[in-house]
Amino acid sequence: MRFYEYESKALFRRHGMPLGKSGLAKSADEAKRVAAEIGGPVVLKSQVLSGGRMKAGAVKFADAPDEAARHYETIVPILVNGQKCRAVLVEEKTPVAQEYFAAITWDGRRKCPVLVFSDMGGIDIEEVAEKHPEHVSKTHFSSLFPITPRIAKEAIAATGVTGDALNRLTPIVFELMRVFLAYDLTLAEINPLARLADGRFVVLDGHIDMEAEARGKHKKLLADLGIGPEETRQAREATPFEIKGAEVNAADHRGVAGNVVEFDGNLGLVIGAGGGSLTLFDAVRKHGGKPANYCEIGGNPSVSKAKELTKLILSKPGVEKIAVMMNVVSNTRVDIVARGVIKGCIEAGKKPSDVIAIFRIPGAWEGEGFKILAKYGVDYCDRSVSMYEAAGRAVAKMK
Amino acid sequence: MPGMFIDVQVDATVAKDPAMAKKLAEVCPVNIYAQNEDGTLAIVEKNLDECTLCDLCINASPPGTVRIVKLYE
Repeated sequence: MRFYEYESKALFRRHGMPLGKSGLAKSADEAKRVAAEIGGPVVLKSQVLSGGRMKAGAVKFADAPDEAARHYETIVPILVNGQKCRAVLVEEKTPVAQEYFAAITWDGRRKCPVLVFSDMGGIDIEEVAEKHPEHVSKTHFSSLFPITPRIAKEAIAATGVTGDALNRLTPIVFELMRVFLAYDLTLAEINPLARLADGRFVVLDGHIDMEAEARGKHKKLLADLGIGPEETRQAREATPFEIKGAEVNAADHRGVAGNVVEFDGNLGLVIGAGGGSLTLFDAVRKHGGKPANYCEIGGNPSVSKAKELTKLILSKPGVEKIAVMMNVVSNTRVDIVARGVIKGCIEAGKKPSDVIAIFRIPGAWEGEGFKILAKYGVDYCDRSVSMYEAAGRAVAKMK
Repeated sequence: MPGMFIDVQVDATVAKDPAMAKKLAEVCPVNIYAQNEDGTLAIVEKNLDECTLCDLCINASPPGTVRIVKLYE
């Protein structure tokens, strides 16, 4: 779940990170007032959950409050990568001597956080890493054992930063590491982290992504930041189909049938299990299939939950068949899912054997599940058929 | 609406006994059993297909008085 820049900065401010004077404006009058309070040149930045603001013209500079008010009116209607402006952050304009980059994200392969630091901030870090690798350091650290400022210091020093700058940067970067761990973030980034002419450092822009599953754990923080439980913070607005998917999941506490995402293909997917959803979705595409949706089922959903999800997917215009596929399951019952899916097909007015392209869920209670599938003439397979092969069989039936 | 996959058969001696009805309502994890106002046993048909085949109802009743029928066999 992504935070707006002003929310990221509010969190940084709580942790004592150095920030310039700023205020959030939701009207031209407010922009003018904030600019007057700051007193001096300001920068106005559209608050959107997307990069590319400068390129879109959604960042502007003003030397006087009246100019800030005019810029506010210009910025608000601009869509940045399809995102509407929520508000405008008015900040003091800071004369920068040098820009740095600091970010912590999760390294899935190493299964631990990684701190990425560069003394070439303000620009695309991937580009810096490619053209100037000596200016980028990557430092892994444990999320289980205590961390120390030394980790941050070594990461910064690895890019050639020394002396006063190294000493001033270390506590900022260390605090960023602490923030990352404390709030279950998947990204904590400062770019640029600016050094001023007098040697002080200021956070000019920040990005935070919180693990969506951690929202419950951090209710108070989110409430303090004004982030309501209804805000999904996805890259785009949820479609009616996706909203219905969320309702199906929320209506029954048993198991999971959620994260429904709409696509425009003809093969509906009822997929899941320990990363199986992503693997199966990719496999369908690899075989040339066109998924109508993405979803995640698991945790032993009830019959009614599997049924409602199936009905929803079958109700989507353009869906010709569904593929019901999971990784090998242990805590999800094959027979329960089979019952739900078949019931969903029948209640949707479809013949299960016609619309279920493949049923590939091996695991707990598969013997009972296969009896049910056999009775309804559904094409099913066990674990001797890989997820990739099962996806191929489903796609083949669409041609 | 009766179950599509599961049916439950309960002998009259159990179904008419409020104490047994209460016990069955308590043990079933998916609420297939409930009690009528007079305490006798009610079968909640909409929940029949949720049966997890856990046998708790069978074990809670005198032998042979509650039977779970798999309609797909």
